[in-house]
Amino acid sequence: MSHIVSLREAIAENVRDGDTLALEGFTHLIPFAAGHEVIRQRRRDLCLVRMTPDLIYDQMIGMGCAARLTFSWGGNPGAGSLYRFRDAIESDWPHPLQIEERSHADIASAYVAGAANLPFSVMRGYAGTDLPKYNDQIRFITCPFTAERLAATRSIRPDVTVIHAQKADRSGNVLLWGILGVQKEAALAAKRVVVTVEELVDELHAPPNACVLPQWVVSAVALVPGGAFPSYALGYYERDNRFYKAWNGIARDRATFTAWMQRHILETADFAEFRRSLVSDIHEEEPS
Amino acid sequence: MRDAYSTSEMMTVAAARRLRDAATCFVGIGLPSTAANLARLTHAPGVSLIYESGTIGAKPSVLPLSIGDGELATSADSVVSTPEIFRYYLQGGRIDVGFLGAAQIDRFANINTTVIGPYARPRTRLPGAGGAPEIAALAGEVLIIVKQSARSFVKQLDFVTSAGYLEGGDARERAGLPGKGPVAVITDLCILEPDPATRELTVASIHPGVERAAIEAATGWPVRYLARVATTEPPGPCELSTLRELLRRTEAAHGAAEDSHAALG
Repeated sequence: MSHIVSLREAIAENVRDGDTLALEGFTHLIPFAAGHEVIRQRRRDLCLVRMTPDLIYDQMIGMGCAARLTFSWGGNPGAGSLYRFRDAIESDWPHPLQIEERSHADIASAYVAGAANLPFSVMRGYAGTDLPKYNDQIRFITCPFTAERLAATRSIRPDVTVIHAQKADRSGNVLLWGILGVQKEAALAAKRVVVTVEELVDELHAPPNACVLPQWVVSAVALVPGGAFPSYALGYYERDNRFYKAWNGIARDRATFTAWMQRHILETADFAEFRRSLVSDIHEEEPS
Repeated sequence: MRDAYSTSEMMTVAAARRLRDAATCFVGIGLPSTAANLARLTHAPGVSLIYESGTIGAKPSVLPLSIGDGELATSADSVVSTPEIFRYYLQGGRIDVGFLGAAQIDRFANINTTVIGPYARPRTRLPGAGGAPEIAALAGEVLIIVKQSARSFVKQLDFVTSAGYLEGGDARERAGLPGKGPVAVITDLCILEPDPATRELTVASIHPGVERAAIEAATGWPVRYLARVATTEPPGPCELSTLRELLRRTEAAHGAAEDSHAALG
């Protein structure tokens, strides 16, 4: 049964220290507001899962929330590197980060298997690559029917999955559209599901076959307009490419990163205040 | 008299020409996306460009900065989920061509986009696999576009992220990889193709004005050449103007045409 609550309550009730936590959203609909709230609530020892860690996990890793990371592509999409992710792996800062590295196809399949209540996924993959040498969650099996050799990888079953969506109705049914990535699968693979939305509406007006998560698979819904910024929400706002590019300059240096996170995340009460703090920064930088 | 052009333009145009019309092409972001869209805007209007964000038949007016830009979705014939694009379309055998970039490549066209240095304590942590291992394994054939240098064309990869011809010969077939593998590596200096027997990358065509010594200096193994090496046809006026117009629109839309890191996924 889903509950419409504040984001602060949704995270406080559903995300615990040591949880396996997936924030999904493939370039589109990345739940930034929820990630910030996890940082504000100082969650620790999380096993983070995400196909593309993106800036949100760079922030969470740099702030010491993560003990472990499962991922498949760790760059700043279109803009460069994730410096906090790299610093954690290359230099153990702020502390060592255990990594479990897979491919996109594998993580997608592993969520499908998790949602289907299966212990592993089967795929044609990894033959000839070095990834299985460093990840014991990737094994090979022989097909009982054809004797083909196939990759078997452990399914992903998060304690909590968090996604951002365009709309929910007042009972907590959730509608999302556009590039959907693995959000539906990651949600259905998880024990608890938190959704932030752009809008709460009386009627979803969802066409048949639309991607709707029924309220009884969702633990909590929080209204956070703009909550995917600086990624985007199709039909609402575009990706803020300038922010993605500016992130390289913020995250490259430990002290600059820490000061930025202190000012914009830890010292702001919520996502709306975070957005206002960015606007006031821009005004301060303008020549008088 | 032809227009002057850069080595980077030559590389993109030469790569675009390799994509045949009406092919279904799984496209990596960065240089592959530039070349594939140039092909779509010139000789291959019927090509279906597929990005790993699940956008099928994307027709972006500017180059996407990220693999999931909104215009890829709004210009697509269909948008499907990530499991569907990888499982039904790629693994299902419906992709003709995979178009990839690389951070490091070896003489058998194996690709590294994972680490420089030892895995546990890398000197440089690169973004990692993304969709590339399965694209390299499962697409009907693979095109690779990469700038050639002694740093990128290495004798020994630090990590095999995506398989080309593995140790050469029939190693790829023995490993059970369904796709044919890389059929061409297009660089800013030349075009390399696998030898039919050894599968070692062999220079098949040299871009105009490039000396063999320059190729050899930018390659970490002894370079082999076809007995009769071609000279790459220089970019034509239509190819050049279409490419420049595409990059100009892209720059106006998000302030930068390309980023080398983005080519890694």
